[in-house]
Amino acid sequence: MGYEPQADFGTPETGAAETVRLTIDGREVSVPAGTSVMRAAALSGGSIPKLCASDNLAAFGSCRLCLVEIEGVKGTPASCTTPVAGGMRVQTQTPRLQKLRRGVMELYISDHPLDCLTCSANNDCELQDQAAAVGLRDVRYGYEGANHLGETTDTSNPYFDFDPSKCIVCSRCVRACDEVQGTFALTLDGRGFASKVSAGQAGDDFLSSECVSCGACVQACPTATLQEKAIVAIGKPERAVVTTCAYCGVGCTFRAEMRGEQLVRMVPWKDGKANHGHSCVKGRFAWGYAQHRDRVTSPMIRDSIDQPWREVSWDEALAFTAAKLNAIKAQHGASALGGITSSRCTNEETFLVQKLVRAGFGTNNVDTCARVCHSPTGYGLKTTFGTSAGTQDFDSVMQADVIIVMGANPTDAHPVFASQMKRRLRQGAKLIVIDPRRIDLVRSPHIEAAHHLALQPGTNVAVLTAMAHVVVTEGLAEETFIRERCDVDEYEDWARFVSEDRHSPEVLEAVTRVPAAELRAAARLYATGGNGAIYYGLGVTEHSQGSSTVMAIANLAMATGNIGRPGVGVNPLRGQNNVQGACDMGSFPHELTGYRHISDAATRALFEGEWGVALDSEPGLRIPNMLDAAIDGSFRAIYIQGEDILQSDPNTHHVAAGLSAMDCVIVHDLFLNETANYAHVFLPGSTFLEKDGTFTNAERRIQLVRKVMEPANGPNGQGFEDWQVTQALANAMGLGWDYRHPREIMDEIARLTPTFAGVSHARLEEVGSLQWPVNEANPEGSPIMHVDGFVRGKGKFVVTDYVPTDEKTGPRYPLLLTTGRILSQYNVGAQTRRTANVVWHHEDVLEIHPSDAENRGLKAGDRVRLASRKGETALRAEVTDRVAPGVVYTTFHHPETQANVVTTEFSDWATNCPEYKVTAVQVSPSNGPSDWQEDYAELSARSRRIAPAEAAE
Amino acid sequence: MEIERLRYMADQIARNFAAQGEAEAVAATAEHIRLYWDPRMKAAILADDRAALSPVVAAAVDRL
Repeated sequence: MGYEPQADFGTPETGAAETVRLTIDGREVSVPAGTSVMRAAALSGGSIPKLCASDNLAAFGSCRLCLVEIEGVKGTPASCTTPVAGGMRVQTQTPRLQKLRRGVMELYISDHPLDCLTCSANNDCELQDQAAAVGLRDVRYGYEGANHLGETTDTSNPYFDFDPSKCIVCSRCVRACDEVQGTFALTLDGRGFASKVSAGQAGDDFLSSECVSCGACVQACPTATLQEKAIVAIGKPERAVVTTCAYCGVGCTFRAEMRGEQLVRMVPWKDGKANHGHSCVKGRFAWGYAQHRDRVTSPMIRDSIDQPWREVSWDEALAFTAAKLNAIKAQHGASALGGITSSRCTNEETFLVQKLVRAGFGTNNVDTCARVCHSPTGYGLKTTFGTSAGTQDFDSVMQADVIIVMGANPTDAHPVFASQMKRRLRQGAKLIVIDPRRIDLVRSPHIEAAHHLALQPGTNVAVLTAMAHVVVTEGLAEETFIRERCDVDEYEDWARFVSEDRHSPEVLEAVTRVPAAELRAAARLYATGGNGAIYYGLGVTEHSQGSSTVMAIANLAMATGNIGRPGVGVNPLRGQNNVQGACDMGSFPHELTGYRHISDAATRALFEGEWGVALDSEPGLRIPNMLDAAIDGSFRAIYIQGEDILQSDPNTHHVAAGLSAMDCVIVHDLFLNETANYAHVFLPGSTFLEKDGTFTNAERRIQLVRKVMEPANGPNGQGFEDWQVTQALANAMGLGWDYRHPREIMDEIARLTPTFAGVSHARLEEVGSLQWPVNEANPEGSPIMHVDGFVRGKGKFVVTDYVPTDEKTGPRYPLLLTTGRILSQYNVGAQTRRTANVVWHHEDVLEIHPSDAENRGLKAGDRVRLASRKGETALRAEVTDRVAPGVVYTTFHHPETQANVVTTEFSDWATNCPEYKVTAVQVSPSNGPSDWQEDYAELSARSRRIAPAEAAE
Repeated sequence: MEIERLRYMADQIARNFAAQGEAEAVAATAEHIRLYWDPRMKAAILADDRAALSPVVAAAVDRL
């Protein structure tokens, strides 16, 4: 693909099935009803001049360039706001139109600088193109415009500049902020010629305004007014490669726009089915980590973690690693080895790591970071529906009438999907938020939740049981659906259980702190308000009853008939780009690909036939069990690809003790992460820009990742993609693997996995993306699941009793801590901390309610000590009523804070997913870092030493 | 494996199945351990003193 912006048809698709025939410039055209004349002309190969129109925005009709003549219609209507009609005869170019357009263009150019040759948008500027299209030759009013010339450029945003001198006030940026992003940060200040685009209030710049830096305005701008700093610095790209973002589970598709091997900018791809041309600050702008000076590009080894690292060749590093693994296996058996697959790597890479562990190491001790996020989703949805994934595609939300958001904060953690959800809410869908915090969706511009159930952390199951009580006892259950689609005996047991008085909202209010009347109203709304869709996140799963909560959600959806069609469903918002894929690929110790239990002999035989080795029929260790077994001495070596368990997993002291007890810790990553402080081997990884493969997003959508530059972990052209490193390690252990391209790995996955039977790189190239299952029954994939019946047969109602967590508040630890994410940072921050995103969030802060702060003599900005029964850290306080009294909140993006020093080992009963969302803590004034923070900073510095290379003889 | 931790895990599983009645809870706890625990964890709890386990867990372990 060369570099040309994607075609812009001027106004959005109507989606109408009915078509209308008309004539444009003598050409017969047939288009969907409701289409604008502008779009009809563009669809038939024409191009009506335009400046204020863009096909991701509603028609606006302000620039007056797109005027046309229509037979029998007076005057010259704007083609963007005029819908087609049957038999209409349109002229897009006449002497009268030409004169009008030139006149309009003269006015624009009279107030626009003529520095085209040195302008950063030169040759990529719609104003320039349209001046050419209308044949502008002279400006009768002169070039000394009185209103927009000589303004100061706002350079406050780290990624783009705002140069008001170049603004033609087309409002595209303002409308993109409103309609596409839904933040409403921009406005037009003043009137007529004097009107100007303004971010936030008078006196604000872009950085201090409500702008979330999603880039929609930059993309919408037809001139150089809003322009990426990278374009100013580098120049116009020369080619573009379509690939998939490596941040959150939304899975946005981007055009990586390149000049040589230099990435110039990432522009959201309009044909991306998950993002439809939208982006967030992370995917759009925060890719600078890929070239950050901290990237380690040489393999390194050491015998003990007290020693400095020694840089070695790939051969030496792999031989050293293989020898260690083989020796440990010989002495302690295969069960002493294990591995962790990465939710940030591709499906193909993840598949190879679990293959290496199962077939090479000879054990099922393989796990993935979904253990600490959505493992309860896997368990809960498999049990109730029969498969471990969300039921809908993202577009389904546009048909939802009532949306429940539970334990998720989409505007921060899944921003592009949040924009789509907000669009639906602005159209009138109702919202119920179930969250201890007042997240932005509860109340933000043009969005207001009908109900916010601000529950006590740890009482999710009680809240959902009370909602179910209302549905059943008030006769709101969808009995036809239940009779036809679910196991009726199990439903009746469940209905009896939830109907008991002890499960009424009034009785449970004492536990949940949710007013009974509010909860009843929310339950009635969900059950009777039309299509009901539930979206949930880690506030559901990361509890001692995470799996029960997922099943309680599934129960509620089945009881109200909200499964199996567009607009409804149960939708986990997955955290990392490929966490769905990592789970699909057999990363859990008890499952092979496609969620088939390792004890199933027929499935095992399939893999044994393909791989030529016998597989263990017993499940392996999960991550927390691996750490326990390491301290116990029976687990001694681990290969960790793209995962930083020291920072991300709970109770840091325990993780450190487990890692320290091992003989061989192999870290395969971009950076010397926190886990690498305890590692003996470091294998440098490759970024998503440096590899081919696929990611699977939260809607089960499999999309291609395409290499745009060579891996940095070797001399030019000799670096390795991550799957190649895993293959090299396998071969150093004598396994004789011979994959030449990730497409061959995907072919193996398809052979072994019925839900992936129809997936191949060639198919994905052809259709763009596929949502599994892709098989004989669903050759084009499955946007919606459980349409005619549940995957497991009958939907299963599971009685989920509320069992309070054993993590209790008391006099010494009276507050409840819950942890989460912020928009500008991602997970442990390894990537985003190495970008300019730190301007928004350079340290983790503790949100605390004003009354709790006052009781402790704390004010905003004070450094505070945050202590639990497990450990303590220090950070700054932010006093806010976003959190309820008794609840405090922080993020885990910065290793200097290490929020997980205070979190506990309590975990989900079914999956051992840690209970990050409930820790009893005390907060008190502090004047410096905790002892742990000081010790860890010292250990980190010591452990990251790299020995100087020895001089060549 | 630290036996206290395994006892706690087994007990937590049993508590979450308790609402299904004792017989069902015993069967479900045994099945859960069979499906999700690695052999060394199973061996450790099998070797444990039944008196140290809750009645449902003890009965479930006897079924392994």
